[in-house]
Amino acid sequence: MKFTLSWLKEHLETDASLDQIVEKLTMIGLEVESVDDKAALKPFVIARVLTAEKHPDADKLRVLSVDTGSGDPVQVVCGAPNARAGLVGAFAAPGTYVPGIDTTLSVGNIRGVESRGMMCSERELMLSDEHDGIIDIVGDAPVGTPFATWAGLDDPVIEIGLTPNRPDATGVYGIARDLAAAGLGMLKDGAVAPVSGQGPCPVKVTIEAPDLCPGFALRLVRGVKNGPSPKWLQQRLLAIGLRPINALVDITNYITFDRGRPLHVFDAAKVKGNLVVRHARNGEKVLGLDEREYELTSEMCAIADENGVESIAGIMGGEHSGCDENTTDVLIESALWNPMVTAKTGRELGIVTDARYRFERGVDPEFMVPGLELATRMVVELCGGEPSEAEVVGYEGYTPNTVSLPLAEVERLTGLDVPRAESLSILQRLGFTPSGEGDTVEVFVPSWRPDIEGKADLVEEVMRIHGVDEIAPQPLPAHNTVNGKVLTTLQNRTRAARRALAVRGMMEAVTWSFIPHEHAKLFGGGARALQLANPIAADMSDMRPSLLPGLIAAAQRNADRGFADVALFEVSGAYEGDHPEGQRRLAAGVRRGTARMEGQGRHWAGNAGNVGVYDAKADAIAVLEACGAPVDKLMVEAGGPDWYHPGRSGSIKLGPKVVLATFGEFHPRALETLDVSGPLCGFEVFVDAIPEPKAKATRTKPRLDISPFQAVKRDFAFVVGREVEAQTLVKAAAGADKKLITGVRVFDVFEGASLGADKKSVAIEVSIQPTDKTLTDEDFEALAARIVENVGKQTGGELRA
Amino acid sequence: MSDLKTLEATLMAEIEAAGDEAAIEAVRVSALGKKGSISERLKTLGSMSPEERQQAGPAINGLKTRVTDAISTRKAALRDVAIEARLAAEKLDVTLPVRQSPAERGRIHPISQVIDEITAIFADMGFSVAEGPDIETDHYNFTALNFPEGHPAREMHDTFFFPPDETGERKLLRTHTSPVQIRTMEVQEPPIRIVIPGKTYRQDSDATHTPMFHQVEGLVIDKTANVANMRWVLEEFCKAYFEVPSVKMRFRPSFFPFTEPSLEVDIQCDRSKPGEVRFGEGNDWMEILGCGMVHPNVLRFAGLDPDVYQGFAWGMGIDRIAMLKYGMPDLRAFFDADVRWLQHYGFRPLDMPTLFAGLSA
Repeated sequence: MKFTLSWLKEHLETDASLDQIVEKLTMIGLEVESVDDKAALKPFVIARVLTAEKHPDADKLRVLSVDTGSGDPVQVVCGAPNARAGLVGAFAAPGTYVPGIDTTLSVGNIRGVESRGMMCSERELMLSDEHDGIIDIVGDAPVGTPFATWAGLDDPVIEIGLTPNRPDATGVYGIARDLAAAGLGMLKDGAVAPVSGQGPCPVKVTIEAPDLCPGFALRLVRGVKNGPSPKWLQQRLLAIGLRPINALVDITNYITFDRGRPLHVFDAAKVKGNLVVRHARNGEKVLGLDEREYELTSEMCAIADENGVESIAGIMGGEHSGCDENTTDVLIESALWNPMVTAKTGRELGIVTDARYRFERGVDPEFMVPGLELATRMVVELCGGEPSEAEVVGYEGYTPNTVSLPLAEVERLTGLDVPRAESLSILQRLGFTPSGEGDTVEVFVPSWRPDIEGKADLVEEVMRIHGVDEIAPQPLPAHNTVNGKVLTTLQNRTRAARRALAVRGMMEAVTWSFIPHEHAKLFGGGARALQLANPIAADMSDMRPSLLPGLIAAAQRNADRGFADVALFEVSGAYEGDHPEGQRRLAAGVRRGTARMEGQGRHWAGNAGNVGVYDAKADAIAVLEACGAPVDKLMVEAGGPDWYHPGRSGSIKLGPKVVLATFGEFHPRALETLDVSGPLCGFEVFVDAIPEPKAKATRTKPRLDISPFQAVKRDFAFVVGREVEAQTLVKAAAGADKKLITGVRVFDVFEGASLGADKKSVAIEVSIQPTDKTLTDEDFEALAARIVENVGKQTGGELRA
Repeated sequence: MSDLKTLEATLMAEIEAAGDEAAIEAVRVSALGKKGSISERLKTLGSMSPEERQQAGPAINGLKTRVTDAISTRKAALRDVAIEARLAAEKLDVTLPVRQSPAERGRIHPISQVIDEITAIFADMGFSVAEGPDIETDHYNFTALNFPEGHPAREMHDTFFFPPDETGERKLLRTHTSPVQIRTMEVQEPPIRIVIPGKTYRQDSDATHTPMFHQVEGLVIDKTANVANMRWVLEEFCKAYFEVPSVKMRFRPSFFPFTEPSLEVDIQCDRSKPGEVRFGEGNDWMEILGCGMVHPNVLRFAGLDPDVYQGFAWGMGIDRIAMLKYGMPDLRAFFDADVRWLQHYGFRPLDMPTLFAGLSA
């Protein structure tokens, strides 16, 4: 909402400065977004062209001698077709910044002739788009005075960001009322005296859709002369960014901004028969004033005559019955429109107008008729003509909404102790009518405040006018106890997973929750229920089923920028369904190139190799350990979902069903679909699938028994079938004596022709911790025999010769 | 006796000339070994007359002692030389670079770090952390938050929708974290003090808007919490978060469907130096959050009596306050995963924000 300072002062008697007004507006909830004090126009002065000679070297240029009102005439080279002796216009001296061409002038030399300044067009001053010639002032203008002051263009323009609850502030008058209530002056009387018309309005109105139109007022003015509106009116409209069109249209635009009362004018000669307000018919078409054709639906409201639809109610008039300079008889419409329907229609047709902006917020029903009277007065004053009586249909009058306000409510909600008299006075100044003597008063809500529904709304009114600054901060009472557990297990695990992965040299990324459809499909997603109906871009269409596609794409982007070795992770949501439980909490990561935990790239002490399945497995296990998963109970199974390399991937399971993690290198076809290149590996941990830790009665750790006997290590090498999994062999060895054997470590895996086809050698180091005596050679031999036997039984392996 | 002197001179010269431990050992054997020159002379003592022995004994033993001492002195000196030589030979170029610890390379994203900072501050004020789903129903995102059907305020949210299901209901991506207010009030009896960090979505994209962003919401519900308490909580938060001794904040009346009264909050700052914002000083106001008293209709929707319970809520952009504190110029870069950006603006994994150690110090 834009207005000028002088416009505001038309309704507000005040001595307040611009700064005070701006400050107060913001502090009462009408936030000032910008103030344009027109300082940029100050250097331009009114100047007269004394002589205009043809440029000696250019046919289209003239050399002017210009009287700027100070000192000798200056020489200016000018290309405007209307440059001539006697012209009075706006002059800019060298050093002036000209906003329309974004240039600061200097003394120029144009084809050998010096030019000391410029005679400007309206566009160069950013007053309008006019650029056919330089400004040509008709009438008296004192040479040497600032052009903007003379033209009334130095009026500061204030723009406020209006919240959707304040339809009353869509007019300058309503803004003045708020300022007056806040003590910044006196609100002038805005009452409009009715016009006494001659005879009934010849065009009748029938409301066939009272649900869409709770009131309609219409009047004919005969014999008007429509032409350009007067300068003051044009200037006000221009100042707030509206283009003056003709007096009739300008009057409707003016009242829209002055009173928040949108109006429409029909050229009566183009209206055939009477007007009907009705639901539009599906597919009915109308050419709007913007010269675009709109197709209506039966949920929209139309004003029609015998020709068809003449106006899209509350939004935009029709081109066919619009007023132009030939209009002699004008129908002025002031009506009420259903806010919801107006909003929906505007949205569906994609029309944003000042009328829609106001009707969808709710205009003052009690100003429907006064609005018509005001418009009639202005039409008669500016265009002449003979008004008829007003035709008013449908309007049943305003029944004030009443709110019971316990006066203590102000302190209860805000902490402000506002005296009773002041609370009531504030409400009265805003137009409310409080009544009653007790602790609770009945408050009648004025017709221009449809936003006021309950007592909390009135508390806000008192608070904002009394002053939010008056509210002194009060500490929130302490709980008087140490705060308990602030985070849930899942939240703690999410944090732990992040720190655990970052400690492994990975960088945390935050990638989009929506990914391309093809990528979603590849990772098991792409269901219709998880596809956005209105994505912001085609490649941000589907909710991600996995964090991996986003991370893989991010790794590739880095590679394309020249950073081939990157390790990225993300701990966030992925989506299996559109219900709350369908949102999973995952920790995922990818490593690319040689970005292994120990370091990447070449190094004098040893180059890093390419990343692979074991790097991803280590990352996954690190997350599980950090999250407190029962790592000793987990099983690793070969293979994973389709997007992994089938022979270089695995799944980490708790029991036969619960998959806690997957890891591996990626399937070449997956990489092809993602349009990325490796080496790449990745993992995904289902953080929310890790069981809650058991509640414990005590934090005491179990007793630690430290054996006094020396721990020893023994090595074994087994030849087993190539398909035998290390996990089986290790378990078999460990199972030989669960008490004595404290660890089994695979320290070598070897395949070679010497072992035979399909064979491999797996060497293990077994840690043995005697607990009740030092073991004898015989004891060790017996244990070794059991290990060999167990491994043989479980894997078919034999001790390597 | 003169041959002893000659022998001593000879041995001492040999000891002096011994160049390494092997040579000195050879001297020792030749003098003190079983058949060594001094050992041989000691053997002659037995065949001497007592008088002779009385004279020769001390002389030979004295020689033995002096030679033994000289040998051990020489041996120690030679060992020192040998160690020096070995050490010299073992010298390495310690300026060769070592691999950086992975804990130094890894980075925590600023969004996660700032959420931890927020958690640390509000935990101290007695709040806990609540979360909710990104895919929401119209009810939780709008209706229960007092956005009437068709209200222009809904339109301001630029909502992402999913296709309607078989019942005609269409889910959406939450446009704010406020649905979690309702979800919490539905299951938890007041008093309630929660903060709600999370992802939010709106159809918007430029340098300061991305279609996905992060918000943190706060909610206090009890029987007394009012605007004055809200001012205190938010001022304390801003001081603690921006790590300045004082802040000046401006509360302005505003409008949100789910609060009444509603306020927007500006924070005073100095933006005179390009690319840097200082809080607690300066002449600029910067909008930082929206807040207000929970609307009676919202309390009712959540099953609470607005004449018994009251409270306040606020919401602010996590990405935005991260940018304000740490100076990232462009929001879009938050979601690009450029490792140079992460390396520069990210946080080391062991830098955990706590109040006892300082949030970022």
